[in-house]
Amino acid sequence: MSSFKIFDIAGSGLSAQSVRLNTVASNLANADSVSGDPSTVYKARHPVFEAVKAAVAAQTLGGASGTGAADTAVRVRGIVESTAAPTERYEPGNPLANEDGNVYSPNVNVIEEMTDMISASRAYQNNVEVMNTSKELMLATLKLGS
Amino acid sequence: MPLNLDTYLGVSAQALKVQSQRMEVLADNLANVDTPNYKARDIDFKAALAQAGSPDAPLALTTTTAGQVGGTSASGDPDTSGALKYRVPLAPSLDGNTVDAQMEQAAFADNTVRYQATLTFLSSRLKNLLTAITGQ
Repeated sequence: MSSFKIFDIAGSGLSAQSVRLNTVASNLANADSVSGDPSTVYKARHPVFEAVKAAVAAQTLGGASGTGAADTAVRVRGIVESTAAPTERYEPGNPLANEDGNVYSPNVNVIEEMTDMISASRAYQNNVEVMNTSKELMLATLKLGS
Repeated sequence: MPLNLDTYLGVSAQALKVQSQRMEVLADNLANVDTPNYKARDIDFKAALAQAGSPDAPLALTTTTAGQVGGTSASGDPDTSGALKYRVPLAPSLDGNTVDAQMEQAAFADNTVRYQATLTFLSSRLKNLLTAITGQ
């Protein structure tokens, strides 16, 4: 009986959500990192999640029946940079300004980042709860009969 | 008369295994709450238990010669693959994810209580057995 798989699953969720929190922190910290060149300015980063063994699940997606593999987990497939255009601002006093007196600020949407942070935090808490509950159940199972 | 512990414990032992598998599936849904195109799944408990408890378990080995061992699957886990089904989403999201975190949490809590109930049943059966052995 492989009851400890659940810790791997919840653990993968914790790790994925903490990567997401990291990118949010990075985006918020660099929200005001201006640059004189639109190509070198900081771009907002977002992780892309992927279910491990998703291919097995996709094969039977047409039918209503399930898959053979009950155990999947989540992983970060990669981190993508936002392709939205950076905001141009006229700021001739800024030492980073280009010859036209413009600076470019990152395409970080602070409100989006904050809501993303709340969502990541809730998902993280959910995974911690799953881990705690299963730990208690495993301990109760170990004490069976005593 | 020899005592068969499996029969003595009844369906509870199988139920515990299926419930722990269901716990894994629900934990998986909660871990993938933000994964694009992830489809939430759940175990049909009744079907899974029927499958796990059937005498001709699908993973039993065929014995052709004397001396061969006709065990079940190597891990000892019941095969519940037929009972694993996709959830019908109430409000599917644009990224193709069908996990409803609240519903999964409720199902997880429900499964936890059932698991604890099964543990209580098993525990009392084992205590009965212990009373019979010690004769007190």
